[in-house]
Amino acid sequence: MDTNNAIELKNICKRFGDVFANKNITLEVRKGEILSLLGENGSGKTTLMNMLSGIYFPDDGQIFIDGKEVSITSPKDAYELGIGMIHQHFKLIETFTAAENIILGLPGKEVIQMNAVVEKINELIKKYGFELDPTKKIYDMSVSEKQTVEIIKMLYRGANILILDEPTAVLTPQETDRLFDVLRNMRNDGKAIIIITHKLHEVLSLSDRVAVLRKGEYIGTVLTKEATELSLTEMMVGEKVSLNIGRKPPVNVHKKLSIKNLTCVDKAGVTTLKNVSFEANAGEILGIAGIAGSGQKELLEAVAGLQNIQEGSIVFHDDKGDIELVGKTSTEIRNVGVALSFVPEDRLGMGLVGNMDLADNVMLRSYMDGKGIAVNRKKPRQKTEKIVDELKVVTPSISTPIRRLSGGNVQKVLVGREISNAPAVLMTAYAVRGLDINTSYIIYNLINEQKEKGVAVIYVGEDLDVLLELADRILVLCGGSVSGIVDARTTTKEQIGLMMTKHSTEVM
Amino acid sequence: MAKDNLKKEPLMRIVKRTKNSTISKKMAVIVRVVAILLALVVCGIFIFVLTKTNPIKVYYGMIEGAMGTNRRVWNTLRDTMILLAVSLAITPAFKMKFWNIGAEGQILVGGIATAAVMRYMGATMNGPGLFAVMIVVSIVAGMVWGIIPAIFKAQYNTNETLFTLMMNYIAIQLTSYFCIVWEAVKGSGTIGTINQETRNGWISTSFLGNIFGQFNYSINVILVIILMVVMAYYLKKTKHGYEIAVVGESENTARYAGINVKKVIIRTMAISGALCGLTGFLLVSGSSHTISTNTAGGRGFTAIIVSWLAKFNPYIMLLISFFLVFLDNGAVQIASQYGLNESASEVMTGIVLFFLIGCEFFLNYRVVFRGKHEEA
Repeated sequence: MDTNNAIELKNICKRFGDVFANKNITLEVRKGEILSLLGENGSGKTTLMNMLSGIYFPDDGQIFIDGKEVSITSPKDAYELGIGMIHQHFKLIETFTAAENIILGLPGKEVIQMNAVVEKINELIKKYGFELDPTKKIYDMSVSEKQTVEIIKMLYRGANILILDEPTAVLTPQETDRLFDVLRNMRNDGKAIIIITHKLHEVLSLSDRVAVLRKGEYIGTVLTKEATELSLTEMMVGEKVSLNIGRKPPVNVHKKLSIKNLTCVDKAGVTTLKNVSFEANAGEILGIAGIAGSGQKELLEAVAGLQNIQEGSIVFHDDKGDIELVGKTSTEIRNVGVALSFVPEDRLGMGLVGNMDLADNVMLRSYMDGKGIAVNRKKPRQKTEKIVDELKVVTPSISTPIRRLSGGNVQKVLVGREISNAPAVLMTAYAVRGLDINTSYIIYNLINEQKEKGVAVIYVGEDLDVLLELADRILVLCGGSVSGIVDARTTTKEQIGLMMTKHSTEVM
Repeated sequence: MAKDNLKKEPLMRIVKRTKNSTISKKMAVIVRVVAILLALVVCGIFIFVLTKTNPIKVYYGMIEGAMGTNRRVWNTLRDTMILLAVSLAITPAFKMKFWNIGAEGQILVGGIATAAVMRYMGATMNGPGLFAVMIVVSIVAGMVWGIIPAIFKAQYNTNETLFTLMMNYIAIQLTSYFCIVWEAVKGSGTIGTINQETRNGWISTSFLGNIFGQFNYSINVILVIILMVVMAYYLKKTKHGYEIAVVGESENTARYAGINVKKVIIRTMAISGALCGLTGFLLVSGSSHTISTNTAGGRGFTAIIVSWLAKFNPYIMLLISFFLVFLDNGAVQIASQYGLNESASEVMTGIVLFFLIGCEFFLNYRVVFRGKHEEA
């Protein structure tokens, strides 16, 4: 065996039910390299990595670590082999300090020598260029600091192989750059690093080699310097795709929604939105950027009549006049003739009911239509047929519970329903999260079509590259306040990144 | 090589059935039938160990006990209807994922209300008027008992399981209190049969009459069957039913859809409680003609099993109610016939339920043993 290989996988198979999550995957990771594992959602990346970290056990195949065949049956086995995985969702105790979390679960003496631990952590911080105070409590930390704690936790345990599952999904561009610097330092120290991601430009800027999976199968490994965004996409999708969001210049733009000094307080008394003011225009896409949890959800819910509004006004402009939406419930907003469509972030937990069939989901927002106590299912069924037909939803029938559909098809039904109500305002939250490339572009096209029809679109997104390509204007939220509204055609990603973390209104 | 690697694989794994490996309808029926047969075998062993009699004979005794005579058939039918009524009553709440374990108390207060009307108004009044009053007060009593926890749940998000459970204790103590107040013989603590001479307020001897002979409970049967059809319609076809289903699946989605969640919770529990109260009327006026702390007899809890086993389908609840009552009545018969006590019958019902509920596991999951790899 080649001892330059930190990991070697041979013919790894894993099945869930009748579905192959991984099929005959053969792959090696060298010491001192960063390997990107690329693939669409459901291509088996996380499953494969979970087998390395002892969460799943392969049905078939062999794993070699440092040239020796091993059997990893538990996360403990993985630790002992020096494999550390950093998951998307952090597993930290909020009320403990960073240092306490790092040594949690490690064997040691009765009395913990905290100073020695902190010293050792500081050495690691210095060696790789992290930024962290080991005595800080987790609840005081930003998302990127928490991630740092997770990484150091693995290094402290002597991990030589680090697996990061979509580490940049929650970071700003600046934080991402810092993370990449640290990862490069670790690579130069001889560690093997696997990074799971689907952001192509990150793959190209960070990794040495790229391994691509598609539908559970290993497609191949290429040297990053020989790859382009287009060539990688083709490997992922299996066919040529055009990565072009045809944004047209907005026409007949006029004011549709005016939001003034909007302030919201949640049940715990925390201010979620502070003095937010902006206008959304018909025939335009207003993008909303911000670190996760900066008030995006609250803002959309406030407009939809689902939030407790403390102060401010939301005015809907119509040919017939202006309508104040604050103080109205979602039903009342609908009853006064404001066609507001909303694609929420939590598809199956808010926008749809997983156990109900397609038709029952399509009538979710209109079940009260018609007289009498009985529900009229005839019209919703016709509407469902139409959505399935037009958006090419893959489903056995319209009487199938919607949770059985794939993520992309679920989202098609949700977006299809919201669009079918001929909205004047369309709000979407993370509309393409977790969707494959083709479906993502279908959704972008639908949103663009709505804009061209004269709908005022509000698009909350997390991928800044997409926001810059899709939106006309971008509003940046930071800690519940607006830190600026910029023209998407002239702004850079870095500028938005800065605004996401700084409260500054000067940047215009 | 690959074989060595499998050494450390766990002996067996539990795998959830996916949409591609779901069990066929025919297979599902077979699994359930096998579960019942296995349960009967285990019961048979249990009986044999205790009584040294031939289990087949004992099972025959069971059928005898439940269906042997005209009277027994009517009793089984009556108990089936009562259990079905309670199951139907609690179903809207459970479909809304409101864990109402307070049916017991709601039945009792309905029963107390009925008994009170029979005692205080039965002397002066009979016929439709008396029944109308009894029905109304029993429904109101049950409704109040159901609404109280619902209001607290809707307003303050209190835990409905604990709340309804505690409401049961209050109802039981209230019943004890009235048993003393109304006791027939001083010091007995029981109230005996109400209106034994006049039989006023008894469904069986009223104008509603004996349609099918001596021991009949035809009015109970007709009422509950109507209730079953109405409930099936209510849950499946109405806007209310749709709201209940959405709230049960996700309150967040309900809010998003513009459903007033608080209103739906309170309204649904009002219906649930009202129907439990009505069952209390059926029990007191329609069969026992008395009230005690045992009047509900655990039906409020058994009904939960019925409702869930039927997956909230009212028509399947009829079958399951009948099956459980059949088991129960049959077991009581063999307990006395073969010198076993009451508890033996409960053990047998328990064994059957264990297998019946346990087999759901095999309908949802598969067990894969070490080294077994199905061909691709």
